[in-house]
Amino acid sequence: MERKTIAEALRDGLREEMTRDERVFCIGEDIAIPGGWGGAFTVTLGLEKEFPERMINTPISEAGLFGAALGAAMMGMHPVADVQYGDFLLCAMDQIVDQIAKMRYMSGGRIKVPITMRAPVGATGRGAQHAQNLESIFFSVPGIKIVCPATAYDAKGLLKAAIRDENPVLIFEHKLLYGSKGARAESGAVDASSEIPEQDYIVPIGKGVVRREGTDVTVIGTLMMMHRALQAAEQLAGEGISVEVIDPRSLVPFDWELVEASVRKTGRAVVVEEGPRRGGVGAEIAAELAERVSDYLTAPVKRVASPDIPVPFSPPMEDFYRPDAARIVEAVRKIVS
Amino acid sequence: MSQDAKFLLSLYRTMLLIRQFEERVKFLFLEGSMPGTIHQYQGQEAVATGVCAALNAGDVITSTHRPHGHAIARGVGVEPMMHELFGKVTGCCHGKGGSMHIGDLEKGMVPAIAIVGGNVPIATGIALAFKMRKEKRVAVSFMGDGAINEGAFHEAVNMGAIWSLPVVYVIENNLYSASTPIAQTVKLKHLSDRSAGYGIPGVTVDGNDVLAVFEAAKTAVARARAGEGPTLLECVTYRITGHSRRDPCHYQPEAERKQALLKEPIGRFAKHLMAAGIAGQTALDGIRREVDAEIEASVKSAMAAADPKPEDALNDVFA
Repeated sequence: MERKTIAEALRDGLREEMTRDERVFCIGEDIAIPGGWGGAFTVTLGLEKEFPERMINTPISEAGLFGAALGAAMMGMHPVADVQYGDFLLCAMDQIVDQIAKMRYMSGGRIKVPITMRAPVGATGRGAQHAQNLESIFFSVPGIKIVCPATAYDAKGLLKAAIRDENPVLIFEHKLLYGSKGARAESGAVDASSEIPEQDYIVPIGKGVVRREGTDVTVIGTLMMMHRALQAAEQLAGEGISVEVIDPRSLVPFDWELVEASVRKTGRAVVVEEGPRRGGVGAEIAAELAERVSDYLTAPVKRVASPDIPVPFSPPMEDFYRPDAARIVEAVRKIVS
Repeated sequence: MSQDAKFLLSLYRTMLLIRQFEERVKFLFLEGSMPGTIHQYQGQEAVATGVCAALNAGDVITSTHRPHGHAIARGVGVEPMMHELFGKVTGCCHGKGGSMHIGDLEKGMVPAIAIVGGNVPIATGIALAFKMRKEKRVAVSFMGDGAINEGAFHEAVNMGAIWSLPVVYVIENNLYSASTPIAQTVKLKHLSDRSAGYGIPGVTVDGNDVLAVFEAAKTAVARARAGEGPTLLECVTYRITGHSRRDPCHYQPEAERKQALLKEPIGRFAKHLMAAGIAGQTALDGIRREVDAEIEASVKSAMAAADPKPEDALNDVFA
């Protein structure tokens, strides 16, 4: 076992999968330039030396590269397509939403589309266009699986599961959780490193995990919000409130079994997300809980999310924008009395 | 009959099969027995036929919202196509695709892409896979003149060029982006001049001359297969039916339409075959009867085929 950051764990995962299966290749911007950065957050650093023919460095052409990934996938390849910032996915919306997500369905189930897509998200002092949490936008698109690793162990295991999946899988990664080093280090980063086993493993897509057991309230959050939820739980424990923290890890498919069981036990739920509140992932989870476990709820489900505004630049405004442990604590206190 | 004559007659047959298929489909649609919407290919038959005649079995094409001609020329088959247009479970996409997504990858055609320009990056990626695996296969992207003003076109053709991919980009210039005339959308005389911006060859041919299309495609396909990269092939043609459904084409000037009918590819090729002594009117009439019989049989079997179960809609989202 060795302790690794998310960036390192993802790099190991890519290396292992490319070694295991020659159909696997990476395609993206600035991912394979000697002397470069290995993508915006160092994930692919140096892989071009090991796999010179399978690290496809593209022009700044998001629609082009996601379309190319689809074409290659239909021919039996297993591409891993990435963008430097999740926001750039929006340049490739037609390819992702109209083509990649629908190709299998339109063919009547005759074509497989084994594509892995990777996109960094999170507000990190870069203003409005290198900042968005886009989960809710893709959450409503049938035909794409979505995973959101909060730890290095999960990042590697989910990446490997995504690459081996015969369907489009979109991985949202958080800029402050990568543990990128050197010139690409992020200020305000949170340690998401894990002990990584020597042997091959995957984290199954669609399976969540209980990060902390508790009895009074269930707090559900992914990526950075999972870490904030753990902080909040620690603080609330000092006040005598026992918080169960659930990290769904996958948004599509969603581990309803795990979340329902927890809420049946606690009777209360707070859903946390970094993206805007309106039409958010939290809204969907809260609505499902209201239908699925209404008889068990002893208080209304609460949502913690960002306000419905673009991500602001100035640090005090950005801190105001992004949910933190204090806001989760406040939401929990409101429904646990 | 010489091999050459057989080949020429096969081109004629394919073009006629497309024309008669489209005319029959138009009738079925207008009488209300066929669901959905249709974008038809009458007048452009020489392009799909000439290009697909230059391909090998392992090659792959991508198509557009106007895909029936490409599908027939690529050999998807009239029967599974007709079943698909009727939304039957026996259709080539099991009723989940319909007119605008018709195709069969096993026959070398990706289900058609109905977003203008959307198929160009996909064909480029298909060619990327061929090149990475060192397979001597070629991808073809069919697109209309409207597609070249999409950003996806620019991104994809540039990628094909910088990586010298085995792909041929075929622009079917029918002079209209839906109803908007070409003069309002492009400042170029030849759309193939766009190729200069990517550093690849650009060729413009008479897209109503099936042999000219075939020869140009053969050269472009050979170049692609030899690892020399893409070609931008413009085929100038004319749509002699509506853009879709009941479009009466009031935007096409009467004189232009009349002129276009004189130059439509099938009558023109028939004259050539007769003048060259390859086939007489009787032989061509025989081909027409065969083609019509094939189409009629497909209509009959499609109308009799089972509808999908409504709840089958829930399947095939994920593998």
